[in-house]
Amino acid sequence: MIILLIYVAIFVASFFIVKFVAQKSITDYASLKTVTFGDESAVTPNRFASVISVATIFLLWGAFTGSSWVPGFLHAPAPFEGEARFTYTVAVPNGPIDDAEVLVLVHPIGETVEAPPIDPGEGFAKNDSATVGVWRSGLIRVDRNDQVGREEGATIVAVNGMDIAPGGSVETEYGRVGMSPKGTLNFEPAKGWQMEPIWLPPPEDVLRRIGEISSEGFRGATLWEHLGLSLFRVVLGFLFGAMVGIPLGYAMGLSNWFRGWFDPIVEFMRPVPPLALIPLVIIWAGIGEVGKIILLFLAALWIMAIAARAGVSGVNITKVHAAYSLGASKWQIMRHVIVPNSLPEIFTGARVAMGVCWGTVVAAELVAAEKGAGMMIMVASKFQNTDIVIMGIILIGVIGFGIDILMRRAENRLVPWKGRS
Amino acid sequence: MRFDLPGGGSVQALKDVSISLAPGELMSVLGPSGCGKTTLLNIVAGFLAPTGGEIRINGHRVHGPGAERGMVFQKGALFEWMDVRENVGFGPRMAGQRQRDYRDKVDHLLDIVGLSDFKEKAIYELSGGMQQRVALARCLANEPDVILMDEPLGALDALTREKMQSLVLQLWKETGKTIILITHSVEEALLLGERLLVMAPRPGRIHREYRLPFADLGVGQDLREVKKHPEFNARREEILGMIWDMEEEIMGRPAASQGAAQ
Repeated sequence: MIILLIYVAIFVASFFIVKFVAQKSITDYASLKTVTFGDESAVTPNRFASVISVATIFLLWGAFTGSSWVPGFLHAPAPFEGEARFTYTVAVPNGPIDDAEVLVLVHPIGETVEAPPIDPGEGFAKNDSATVGVWRSGLIRVDRNDQVGREEGATIVAVNGMDIAPGGSVETEYGRVGMSPKGTLNFEPAKGWQMEPIWLPPPEDVLRRIGEISSEGFRGATLWEHLGLSLFRVVLGFLFGAMVGIPLGYAMGLSNWFRGWFDPIVEFMRPVPPLALIPLVIIWAGIGEVGKIILLFLAALWIMAIAARAGVSGVNITKVHAAYSLGASKWQIMRHVIVPNSLPEIFTGARVAMGVCWGTVVAAELVAAEKGAGMMIMVASKFQNTDIVIMGIILIGVIGFGIDILMRRAENRLVPWKGRS
Repeated sequence: MRFDLPGGGSVQALKDVSISLAPGELMSVLGPSGCGKTTLLNIVAGFLAPTGGEIRINGHRVHGPGAERGMVFQKGALFEWMDVRENVGFGPRMAGQRQRDYRDKVDHLLDIVGLSDFKEKAIYELSGGMQQRVALARCLANEPDVILMDEPLGALDALTREKMQSLVLQLWKETGKTIILITHSVEEALLLGERLLVMAPRPGRIHREYRLPFADLGVGQDLREVKKHPEFNARREEILGMIWDMEEEIMGRPAASQGAAQ
């Protein structure tokens, strides 16, 4: 909630700052338009906003994970670490009252530390020392070394001078001291606002992981093998899907018999999400490469068939008529009119299919795989290697984005007339 | 020509339409919308099979589209995936000619239609008038015996249209092709039509035929001069009145029957 508020605040503040600082110095055509609200062509992405947006994400990520990339004063309050002290008061029924001090060493998780030595002090209640990990909590049996313990009927009645009862708690400057129903003290050092690395590691950890895994590998395969294998499956599945789907779509667009025959099948299979086919494909083809490629083939097939069919039906009839009256044969119409005219639709379909395939392959690898991007994050999550999970998510996103950019480049090169006729 | 409707009835789109053209004639066809002009042209082109009667050209029957009858469409019939030169050379290429054999012809035609500087441009870089000129050149490059024009200038602005009309006349005289031109514009029909066919709707039929001198006058001359010809205005008014009456008849009929019902 706090993060959301900070995010909104940065959004609004940077809007006004950019607006006032970066005054429009250019007077190009778009900047001279007086009507911009409702004119979609006048809306271009503000590059300042894009940069600030990405920087904000990393800033918030760094600030709430205590990243070394973010200057210290921007860090969200860190969890308490170091020596915490509080006093407790023990009362013996119909007897004296005594105070003692507890010294708790709050240490980073993963380190093993000895409880610091402490002077027992005066009185029947003796001073104690204990260790607790950051973000953790620990029971502290303070009465163990006391001369009059719990067995003798002594009870703790106050912490830092404030009354405490079983089930209650007292806030100290170092954290919360609670009392269990049986009367044992429980110290929980202040957690701060930062995220525990197991939930969200700081960005530099993720980066370090990328370097580490790309040089050392993960689970018997290098990072590039994992990613390359996923990519290889996608490309192969997509190619098979396109090789079958495009001719099928053309046939459906050109022949009554093909359309009648395949229409029910395609229309039925199209709304079935490929993820729903994973179990069946595993039963039929196992968890090996064949099963995954069949799954991706099925994911791409219907999309490509429908795109090719739409491409054929999108051919303006006057173009076909024109070609016929210029003496073209059926085959020449196919080759010189229908195929090029359907290319834009096929490219749109291919972009969608590649996206779906990439998503499907990761999902399929999450279910079962020996290598692959999905398997990497699945296994890492089982071992709570959150940094690997986040690294995997980022790499999957980058690759998916890269695929789409490549497809768009290819589209611009191969069908420059798209949307301009 | 009769179309069966999905509901079970049928529409008589054309009835008893009989025309014969001599080689080298330019005939414009005019009529209110829905009178079957485009159907007629589609039958001549071979895109539709007539339910009765036949089309003959050069002594043989027409069964489907063919290279002997070139067609210029209103718009949208160019191939965007080819540049201007490839579009114009489409017919010869489909006929299996080598590029070096037809290249000169294509260049020459593009020079005639005034697109010398645009031979390598993509179609989408051209204006509407230029695109129609490409379509014209593409049709001519195939050397058809008959050119069918389905409102070829309908989508152009008035100024471009006038220029294109001169171009059509010039090409007609230079090439000596037989041309059938369908149009909505009375002026265009008068200016371009050596013969002018006025059609009437429901069923589509020939209402009246004219033989006009304006096309010959207009060759190589300013078309605005032709429009000043004393006979031009009289003919225009006459034909406009004729078409107006037909339109009123179509529009007025439901109103009249409503009035009778009351």
